[in-house]
Amino acid sequence: MPKLTRRSVVKLAAGSAAGLVLGFHLPPREARALETPNDFGSFLNAWLRIAPDDTVTVIVDRAEMGQGVYTALPMLLAEDLGCEWSRVRVVAAPADPVYRNVFLVKEMLSGGQPMGNTANWLVGKLARLFGQQVTGGSSSVRGAYKPLRIAGATARGMLIAAAARRWGVPESECRGEAGVVSHLGGERRLTYGALAAEAAGLRPPKRPNLKQPNEWRLIGQPLPRLDLPAKVDGSAGFGIDVRVQGMLFAAVAACPVFGGTLGRHDPARALAMPGVKAVLPLKDALAVLADNTWRAQQALAAVEIEWTDPPGPLVDSAAIEASLRAALDETGRIAEESGDVAKALAGSVRRLRADYEVPYLAHAAMEPINATARVMPDGVDLWIPTQAQEISAKAAAEAAGTSTDKVRVHTTYLGGGFGRRSEADIATQAVSIAKLAGAPVQVVWSRAEDMRHDFYRPAAACRLEAGLDADGRLLAWQQRLASPSILARIFPPATWIEPDGTAVEGAVKQPYAIANRRVSHTVRSFPVPVGFWRSVGHSYTAFFNECFIDEAAEAAGKDPLAFRLGLLGEAPRQRAVLELAAAKASWGTSLPPGRGRGIALHSSFGSHVALVAEVLVDATGLSVVRVVAAIDCGVIINPDTVAAQVEGSIVFGLTAALYGRISLEGGRVVEQGFDDYPMLKLSEMPVVELHMLESSELPGGVGEPVVPPVAPALCNAIFAATGKRIRRLPVTGQLTA
Amino acid sequence: MATKVAARWSCSVPRVLLVKLVVNGTAHELVVEEDMPLLWVLRDVLGLTGTKYGCGVGQCGACTVHVGGEAVRSCVMPATAVEAPVTTIEGLSSDRSHPVQRMWLALQVPQCGYCQSGVIMAAAALLRSTPKPTDADVEAALGNICRCGTYARIREAMRALARA
Repeated sequence: MPKLTRRSVVKLAAGSAAGLVLGFHLPPREARALETPNDFGSFLNAWLRIAPDDTVTVIVDRAEMGQGVYTALPMLLAEDLGCEWSRVRVVAAPADPVYRNVFLVKEMLSGGQPMGNTANWLVGKLARLFGQQVTGGSSSVRGAYKPLRIAGATARGMLIAAAARRWGVPESECRGEAGVVSHLGGERRLTYGALAAEAAGLRPPKRPNLKQPNEWRLIGQPLPRLDLPAKVDGSAGFGIDVRVQGMLFAAVAACPVFGGTLGRHDPARALAMPGVKAVLPLKDALAVLADNTWRAQQALAAVEIEWTDPPGPLVDSAAIEASLRAALDETGRIAEESGDVAKALAGSVRRLRADYEVPYLAHAAMEPINATARVMPDGVDLWIPTQAQEISAKAAAEAAGTSTDKVRVHTTYLGGGFGRRSEADIATQAVSIAKLAGAPVQVVWSRAEDMRHDFYRPAAACRLEAGLDADGRLLAWQQRLASPSILARIFPPATWIEPDGTAVEGAVKQPYAIANRRVSHTVRSFPVPVGFWRSVGHSYTAFFNECFIDEAAEAAGKDPLAFRLGLLGEAPRQRAVLELAAAKASWGTSLPPGRGRGIALHSSFGSHVALVAEVLVDATGLSVVRVVAAIDCGVIINPDTVAAQVEGSIVFGLTAALYGRISLEGGRVVEQGFDDYPMLKLSEMPVVELHMLESSELPGGVGEPVVPPVAPALCNAIFAATGKRIRRLPVTGQLTA
Repeated sequence: MATKVAARWSCSVPRVLLVKLVVNGTAHELVVEEDMPLLWVLRDVLGLTGTKYGCGVGQCGACTVHVGGEAVRSCVMPATAVEAPVTTIEGLSSDRSHPVQRMWLALQVPQCGYCQSGVIMAAAALLRSTPKPTDADVEAALGNICRCGTYARIREAMRALARA
């Protein structure tokens, strides 16, 4: 992919006039020389260049990991720019504050509630200060929806202004569409390419008009993804495919016990092997450099390494699970409370209680963790499949002993992300090794290394208690959660006043109208790194909540769908997806023996999803026959991408629910590959039927929201088919044939 | 074809052999370790990075190429054991015109795309031997792991190709 450098963006910053729009009023910077000119053309703003030949280059600041942002984001910009879609191409943005994910911070600070103008302005300022350029939280389209359309409209305004000036006519008599500015009623036309250089020097319009939805030509269309051709012919460049002149390849083994360090090791055998250049000790890892990946791996395997365990007892799964269960006896920190739950429980006619638990989960993206780094006197180049450009740049700068403005981050395609690639550990490692090596180095982890050095989805336990009245109405809901805290590592201030929001999300702000409610959380820390895993806290709270709601329905003698609908109260969007999924799944009609349907409703990342899973349990075991999905994700930018994300999320969720478990022994992760951390295969794929609700609401996220309801829909279906409640994941091993 | 070159090495250093490989129609003469997998010869020696590394132990299928037209997981096949021409994803067509590639684009099958070189090569080999595969044929031949979960579209694409 052609390079866009940070210097180009800086030049833009130095030259652009002040304006309302992000990317138009960048703080003044030191002027720098222009990078080698290329044919990308003039910057209209930080996301758009137009070349004389009318090529429209959209600078996409979010990582493409299969969720289609390299198409959806350009669609937003191109729509209001009014260019020909066939002219659009994409480059990855460098690391730069202008590309910060303001939306995510705003969402966190506002708690997802709408804000007044002043609050919005203030939060925006804070977001710009504290935000990061990061792809995650299902926020790329949500965050770009207004800004990129405005960026396109603003650029169109500048192009029109340039044409109007040239022709000596009022701007109001000109229009820009299909890549051309024309003058009403005349034959005068100028292409965007012809106008771009001039337009780039003009003041952006303050309040550009955005197209109305009924004028959209791109948004809402299932446009083929721009990156897919390269992904069917082998030419797409992932991080592992980067090739830099003089590059060495590094295989790395880090201490398998978390917190341990590198002890004695004998490099002699490795150094004698063909192509091996160096054996480099790091504090907690050993790197072997060679002239190809395999030689580095072979040589690493030939080194006998002694590791030094960290002090204290070494953790194992039994101890972790016991600790989490014991935590359920504690009151915990309140995350949400209403009414008087203790009193309501005491006064219920029927009480029920159940304990649930889930294990650590690995990300296991198909492309193993890797990065390529080159440390030179004038700066650091980092080629990396990353979700977090600025965090990576900062880590690289620290590792190289330089400043962030001397780091150039080149984002490649990602062979899966799922939250794993928002961590900077590989950036630190690759740059450290490259600096020691004095040459460019590509670090590629083995599959075992990747699986054993993850930032796992936390293990969690939950105790749920519900109280029903004589009519089977749910009066009281008490929920105690116990888990490690992700934000305790990433952003501790978020845990000072309230429990870690990422640990309780999905358990709080439930749409069910239950008068007496208490949700609390107890942190239990273990020396196992935890991080963001696709849908984060929702990945287990939906399992806990939607399974226990089913238990409450059973106790009330009510149908699970009717029970939920009866509780929904003022929640029209949730009601709509629930009813739609149920209707399309023929909920309530009879099934042959051994078959069962389970339903689950969950809202997350701005979207509402209902799933009905149908399973068959017979002598051969469990099979998932069909999943019917209904999703309300607001305005849909590209329906084909949404469909793909729904299908893929169901696979992701089923894999986790059926098989996923990371276990620990002696302080180290046991699992090391696809044989002991199994993945769903094609032969196990259920039929998926997807129904998308039409909506004019603001876009909701799509990358994560379908994952959470998969496990509860599955387990509720298993109950319907067998009468057995699954309260612990993974399912494997719990159903005897 | 592999020819032994050097006779005397210490036991901790692997034997190195001269191997003649035909890859995507081009002949190469290479000197490689006896046990160096074809995957790494393709990626790191020949610079054909379209074939991917996912596990290195033959479990995921990301490394699938054709050897003599048959699907082979190249991470567990030593290059020195290759006795027939090799086709990688880069050699499947020069212009994305192979029926599998066309169908993959028509149905927008890939998501992140990392596993897809292997899936496409496995699919192409299956269709060569079984032009009208049943669902069961497809499931048996396409055991590739796709973490993004494109299985529904893979299945649909193969059904369409079987009908064609």
